[in-house]
Formats: sequence, C-alpha cells, structure tokens
Amino acid sequence: MSGKNHLREFTKGFLEENPTFVIVLGLCPTLGVSTQVSNGLGMGLSALFVLFFSNIIISSLRKVIPDSIHIPAYIVIISALVTLIQMFLHAFVPSLYASLGVYLPLIVVNCIILGRAEAFASKYGVLDSALDALGMGLGLTMNLVLISLIREVLGNGTITLFPVGSWSGVINVPVLHTYPVRVMALASGALLLMGYLKAIFDVFMNRKKDK
Amino acid sequence: MSILAILLTYIFINNFILVQFLGLCPFIGVSKNSENAIGMGMAVTFVTAITSVICWAVNQYLLVPLNLEYLETLSFILVIASLVQLVEMVIKKISPPLYKALGIYLPLITTNCVVLGIALINITNNFDALQSFFAGLAAGLGFTLVMILMSNIRERLDYKPVPKVFKGMPIAFVSAGLMALAFMAFDKSLLTNLHLV
Repeated sequence: MSGKNHLREFTKGFLEENPTFVIVLGLCPTLGVSTQVSNGLGMGLSALFVLFFSNIIISSLRKVIPDSIHIPAYIVIISALVTLIQMFLHAFVPSLYASLGVYLPLIVVNCIILGRAEAFASKYGVLDSALDALGMGLGLTMNLVLISLIREVLGNGTITLFPVGSWSGVINVPVLHTYPVRVMALASGALLLMGYLKAIFDVFMNRKKDK
Repeated sequence: MSILAILLTYIFINNFILVQFLGLCPFIGVSKNSENAIGMGMAVTFVTAITSVICWAVNQYLLVPLNLEYLETLSFILVIASLVQLVEMVIKKISPPLYKALGIYLPLITTNCVVLGIALINITNNFDALQSFFAGLAAGLGFTLVMILMSNIRERLDYKPVPKVFKGMPIAFVSAGLMALAFMAFDKSLLTNLHLV
C-alpha cells in the first residue's frame, strides 16, 4: 500500500466515516458524558486509548484467533484494556473517574470499538489498523468535545477544562452564565442537538459529494 | 429501596434510553417499525432480568470473596456473552415460535449497553438478588416502552412532510429529544409523593 493510502486510513475518521455522524455508532457515551468539556475530552481520550491498542492487538492476532469464537475473543481483549484505563483513571484522575461513572466500563460495549475490530482490524495489517484507530479515535474525541462544548456553553454558561495550578479550569461565558439555556444541559438537549448536528453534517457532506 | 420504587425508578425516572442514554444504538437502528421494536424490547427484557441476577451472584460469591472486584467489567461481559448464547440455544430448543420472533435480535444484545449497564448499576447500588432481578426487569421494560413509542412515532413520520435534510435519522433524534422532555415529568419527587422513599 502506498503512503497516500496510509494517510487515507488515518483521515477517513474525521469526515467521510466520522464515527458519530456518519456511522452513527457509539452514541451512548457520546451523549451521556457530554455535559462538560473535560468529561467529553476524558471519554474521547479513554476510548482512543482502548481503540488504538485493541486494533493493534486484534490485528496482530488476526491469524491466530479461530473464526468461530472471534467475537468473545475480541470482547475479552477490549475489556482487559478498559479495566486498565479504569484502574489508571481511578488512581491518577479520581475526579474524572467519578464523573464518567458507569460510562467508563461501558466502553467495552461501545459499538465503535467492536465495530472497528470486526470491520477493519480483523482484515488489515497492524500499521493500517493503528492508523485507522487513531483517525477514528481522534474523530470521536473531536465530536465529543464539539458536542460537550455546545452543551456546556449554552446549558451552563461555562467551559470546564482541567485545573492547572491555582486556576480552577472553569471559564465563565458572559450573559449565558447568568441566563443559561437549561434544556441543553438536560438529556433532551443532547438528543435535539444530535439531530440538528446530524442534519448539518449531512448537508455539508452532500454538498461536498456534489462538487 | 422497595420493589415498587425500583420498578418506577428504572422504567420512568431513570429511563435507560431517554435519561441515561444507554442502548441508543438499537434505539435508533431497530425502531423503524413497531414489530421489530417489540421483538427487540422483549429480547432485551428477558436478558436483562436474567443477567442482573447472575452478575449479582458472580460478584457476591466469586469476585468479592476472592478480592477480584477489579475484574467486574471483564467477568460481567463474559457472563452476558455466554448467557445470551445459552438463552438463544434454549429458546431454539423449547419454543421455536419465540425463537422465530426474538432470534435475530439476540446476538445484538451482547453489545447492548443496557445489559452491562444495569449489571454494573446493581453493584454500585448494593442491591440484593431480588432487587437486582427487578431492576433488570424494569430496565428492560423501560427500554421496551420507549422503543414502542419511538417506533410508532417513526411510522407516522414516514407520512409527514419532513424537510429533506431532516429525513431519517435527524428527525428521529429530534423526536427522541422531545420525548425525553416529556419524560422529565417523571421526577424523583414522584417517589417521595407516593411515600416510597
């Protein structure tokens, strides 16, 4: 495969095969934790970690794993990685661990990760699978940050990042901080926003295709 | 928590799809017609009720005595995967009509967040075996309820003049958002008002 194709495996996760808006998989954590930018970023990076290593491991074991039990084998690999990241966050970033809650172990059943293992890592080499995972993971992180940024700015009037030194990590947005659009912070706001973003994304992609 | 409080909590107040966002993939993917929605809902309810109890037992009698709680996620997903397989085989043997109705949905359930979600939530809440069973049942019923409502909405949307860009998935998300707004009427104060807490 030429260098250009390697690059494509990496970039397709951002637009053409964007995990959230085109494949529409892995929605549960995307919508569940997207109330604060820091949560969105933390979830995105955790998923990226799991996806990256699961793709590499599965791709290098693809000739060893018997076909009839490939799904259970993948699930065991993925859940071992999830347990790792769970223990890591619990030890080093307990506040993030607490706010991600049940969604963190649920990365195991995130369809994106099993989906990439099944659709990509089980067929292609290690380098391509790693690039595919990086692209998909970064695309997912980008979506999570975008959705949580919109929801937090509109719904709460703040942008929560990670605290650095004496700075608490919270930016207040004027006007919206005093008069927030509360519905955006609630469950229904996430679904409404998802609908509108999907529509915008479709229009954008169709226009690009027509050109 | 009493059994009735658990049922109300997981069917309405903390509805898995509309409040906790678990099981959104089948919710959007399988809710195009009501027949499939009912099939999927029943299959999920069946599996959540059984796995809740078994995961509780695994945690209580295997993981806790051996100090292996950190293997929770891994062992639960294995229990769920093998149980789904077992349920599929048992149903196929004892009730072919039921297998015909649920068969195609069962393999999808392993990766359904509702099943693993309720198993983990039971442990976090320190539920006992009976409470876990009813929490699992309620989670499945809440899922089924919203699946049926959503599929009916989507069947009607097919005949409505929807703007072209919103056709299909976007309008489904917007409808789900409005439905979530309606579900906010079910609040924790419901339990207090009914003297259940």
